[in-house]
Amino acid sequence: MIAAVAGDAARIVAKDLRIERATGVITTQILPFGIVMLLLFGFGVDPALQVRGGDRSVLAEVAPGLFWITVLLALLLVVGRAFAVESDDGSLDALLVAGVHPAAILGGKAVVVAAELVVLELVVGAGAVLMFDVTIGDPLHLVVVMVSTTVALAGAGTLFLAVVAGQRGRDTLGPLLVLPAMAPVLIGATAAAGDALYGAGSGGIAWTWALVAFALLYSVAGIVGAGALLEDV
Amino acid sequence: MVCVLGGFPALAGADLDLHANEVAWLRGPNGAGKTTLLRLLAGLGAMRRGRAEVLGADLSVLGDRRWLRGQVGLLGHATFLYEDLTVGQNLEFWAGLHRADPVDVEAAARRFGLDGRLGDVPVGSLSAGQRRRTSLAVLVARRPRLWLLDEPHAGLDAEGRAMVDRLIADASGAGATVVVASHDADHMPAVADRTLDVIGGTVTEAGAS
Repeated sequence: MIAAVAGDAARIVAKDLRIERATGVITTQILPFGIVMLLLFGFGVDPALQVRGGDRSVLAEVAPGLFWITVLLALLLVVGRAFAVESDDGSLDALLVAGVHPAAILGGKAVVVAAELVVLELVVGAGAVLMFDVTIGDPLHLVVVMVSTTVALAGAGTLFLAVVAGQRGRDTLGPLLVLPAMAPVLIGATAAAGDALYGAGSGGIAWTWALVAFALLYSVAGIVGAGALLEDV
Repeated sequence: MVCVLGGFPALAGADLDLHANEVAWLRGPNGAGKTTLLRLLAGLGAMRRGRAEVLGADLSVLGDRRWLRGQVGLLGHATFLYEDLTVGQNLEFWAGLHRADPVDVEAAARRFGLDGRLGDVPVGSLSAGQRRRTSLAVLVARRPRLWLLDEPHAGLDAEGRAMVDRLIADASGAGATVVVASHDADHMPAVADRTLDVIGGTVTEAGAS
C-alpha cells in the first residue's frame, strides 16, 4: 500500500514537472515575481539607512523577514497553479477514479511545490545577498532553516489550498485561509534565519526546532487529512 | 440509494440491478440525477442512505469505494486531460496510474488514430473530438469492469460515434457492464440492452429497448 502510494505520488511529481517544463511558469512568472518583490522592498526601504548603533543597513537587518514574505506570497501562486492544473478539466476526479490514494495526490503536489520553492529561494536568496548586502554567518544553520521552512510551507500550503481546490472563489479564499495559518511559520523562519545570518540570539535555535516541528506536523496532517479534503466522505 | 448535494437530494430513490455483458442507457432531462448516479457508481459520491453494492464493494464504506474506483472507467463531460502535455504524454501518465499493459496502450492509441503524428501534439491544440478520442483511448487501455459514460457521443463526428458504439459493444461483449447517460434518443436504442428513466432523482425501468 505504501509503495503504491509513493509510486503514484512519484508519477504525479514527474507529470507536474513535465507540465512545468512545457509551460515555463516558474521561470517566466514565479521567479520574476520574486525579483520584482525584492526590488520593491529596495524602493520601500532606503538602502543607505543604517541600524542605529549597528554596522548593518536596515534593509540587511530586515532581509530575513522580507525574504520569507516574498516566498510566502509566491507560495500562493505556486500552490494555486498546482491545483489549477488538476481542476481545469476534471483531472482531480479522474485521479481518484484511477484508484490513486488522496495522500498520493497531496504528497505529490507538496513535493512539486517544495521543489519549485527551493528554486525560488535560491534565486531570491542570491538576489537578497547582492541587493541588500546580507552576510551569512552560519551557512549550515541557514540550510536547516530553509529546508524545514520550505517543507512546512509546502505541506501547509498544499493542505489548506486543497480545501478550496475546484471551488468557486478559490483564488480569494485560498490566501484568506493560508496567510493567517502561516503566521507562526513566518515568525519562526524570520527569527531562525536572522540567527543563522547574524547570530542575533533572538531565540533563533528554538525557532529552528519549531520549524522542524511545523514541517513534520503539516506533512503528517496532509497524509492523514488528504481523504477528508479531496474525497466526498 | 440517496445522495444529497448542497442540502438537496440529487438522487432520492434509485433502485436498480445491473449485470455483466449489459449496456444500460440512462435517459432523462438535465438535472435529473444521471451524472450523480454515475459518480455514485464510480465510488466518487457519498451515499447518505440506502444500500448499494457495485462489483462487490459496499458504497457506504469509504475503503470499499476507494477499491471500486480502481475497477471502473468513468468518462464524464470533462476529458481529464492535461492541455500542456502531448497526447502521448497524457496516455503514458494515465496508463501508468492504471497499471495498464503497454501493449494495450499501444493498441488503444492505434485504434483511435493517436499513434502517428497526433501523439506528439499538445492536447491544448486538439479539437474537441480528438480530445474525446484520447480520453476514450485511456479508458480502453484500462480495461475496466464497469464502464460509466456520460454523453460519450458528444462532440464526435459520424465516424467517431460509430467508433464509440463499437467500443461499447466490445466492452459488453468482453464481460463488462456499460452504463451510458445520454440525451441521444435517436441513437441509443440501437446501442443499449436496457433503458432506465432518471427523473427527479428517481430511477425506473423503462423496459427492454
